[in-house]
Amino acid sequence: MRRLLAILLVLGLVAGLTGWLLSRPAPLPAAATAGLSGDAARGETVFWAAGCAACHAAPDSEGDARLVLAGGYRITSPFGTFVAPNISPSSAGIGGWSTQDLANALIAGVSPAGRHYYPSLPYTTYARMTLQDVADLKAFLDTLPPSDVASLPHELSFPFTVRRGLGLWKQLYLNGDWVVPVEGETLERGRYLVEALGHCAECHTPRDAFGGLDSALWLQGAPNPSGEGRIPGIAPSQLDWSAEDIAYYLETGFTPDFDSAGGEMADVIANLAHLSAEDRAAIAAYLKAVPEAQ
Amino acid sequence: MKFKPTVVAGLAIAALLGTASLTIAQDDKAAMDAIKARKATMQLFAYNLGYLGGVAKGEIEYDAAAASAAASNLAKLTSLDQSRYWLPGTDTASMGEATRALPALWEADSEAGQMVMQLAAAAADLDAAAGDGADAVRAALGPVGQACGACHKAYRQSDN
Repeated sequence: MRRLLAILLVLGLVAGLTGWLLSRPAPLPAAATAGLSGDAARGETVFWAAGCAACHAAPDSEGDARLVLAGGYRITSPFGTFVAPNISPSSAGIGGWSTQDLANALIAGVSPAGRHYYPSLPYTTYARMTLQDVADLKAFLDTLPPSDVASLPHELSFPFTVRRGLGLWKQLYLNGDWVVPVEGETLERGRYLVEALGHCAECHTPRDAFGGLDSALWLQGAPNPSGEGRIPGIAPSQLDWSAEDIAYYLETGFTPDFDSAGGEMADVIANLAHLSAEDRAAIAAYLKAVPEAQ
Repeated sequence: MKFKPTVVAGLAIAALLGTASLTIAQDDKAAMDAIKARKATMQLFAYNLGYLGGVAKGEIEYDAAAASAAASNLAKLTSLDQSRYWLPGTDTASMGEATRALPALWEADSEAGQMVMQLAAAAADLDAAAGDGADAVRAALGPVGQACGACHKAYRQSDN
């Protein structure tokens, strides 16, 4: 009996230690961004393609006000409500950050203090970003107007309040692998824009019980995490628009029937309208190459 | 011919109720007519935009006269007075699936009026550019799309 207890105790300790080790925040190597210098003009393209303003601009802001990244946008989910923080270049935002800090946030989901971020910051997408794009984005963010609006805490309930648990979640879902195999310059650019920056899949792909994206149903449509309605599929089996129609929709919001986008997509289009026609065509080409549900 | 008082009272109440339900039916009809009118307006926007968008996408060969006609139609359509199209009480809360217009459109801080003026201004710019070739049409369609999207984002029920 005493022996059994001892074995159980040892097993429990091993499991606990393994969990502790596996759930540790894992930032990038310390010199990951050493020697990189950012180009703000290129960073602006990264900014619009990555859709930062969709969550970090104050809700309902239009035009130049979308460049004031005061935060406040609320994402409702089965795990609680996430509130986007201030990421403007001020002391209330991320004014003191280095390029390395930004790379850790976007690619490793780790804060400058070494804590896990919640994946409401879509780092499972941004993990595929190049470090040069992070440096360029940092240079652009530094040019934006500061805001002193304080960031609000997320509204989550236990056990989702325990950030350490995200380490295990990351073991399952955080990797830099591409989802759709493609070849050729245009398709690879399209894939980069969708899978590394645009985070289309965060809404258009269904999630499993733990909130991870189900890559077997990539871009096949999903229940709306807010609980109301369904987000449409944008893979060819769900959306029969031509590549030209898709690119034009992303430029203007006009569907092939000349209805116009509303809802969340209106914000997405306001971002993508800043990209080059070639980049929008590349996104469309990639979407036409997405495979059937597996 | 004599009527018992109870029958008279009953007939009077029936008449009153009949009038009341008739009034509701008329209100319903007025609401449905307003909804139909604004949907028809959107259809006419879309029909004229369809030609211009086809030119912008390169699906339709540019023709200055046809592009100008479509853009001129759009400029006129977007500047028509729509106040009777948006009767109070013709929102999703009152009319259910008959409309996707959200109650916020009628609230005191609604910006729908300014948004329609932005649309009219963008359509006027498109009208001015429509004779200058397919690229000019394409460029001028961008602000029109933004004006459509701004209002749809704020005041139209999402279709997903």
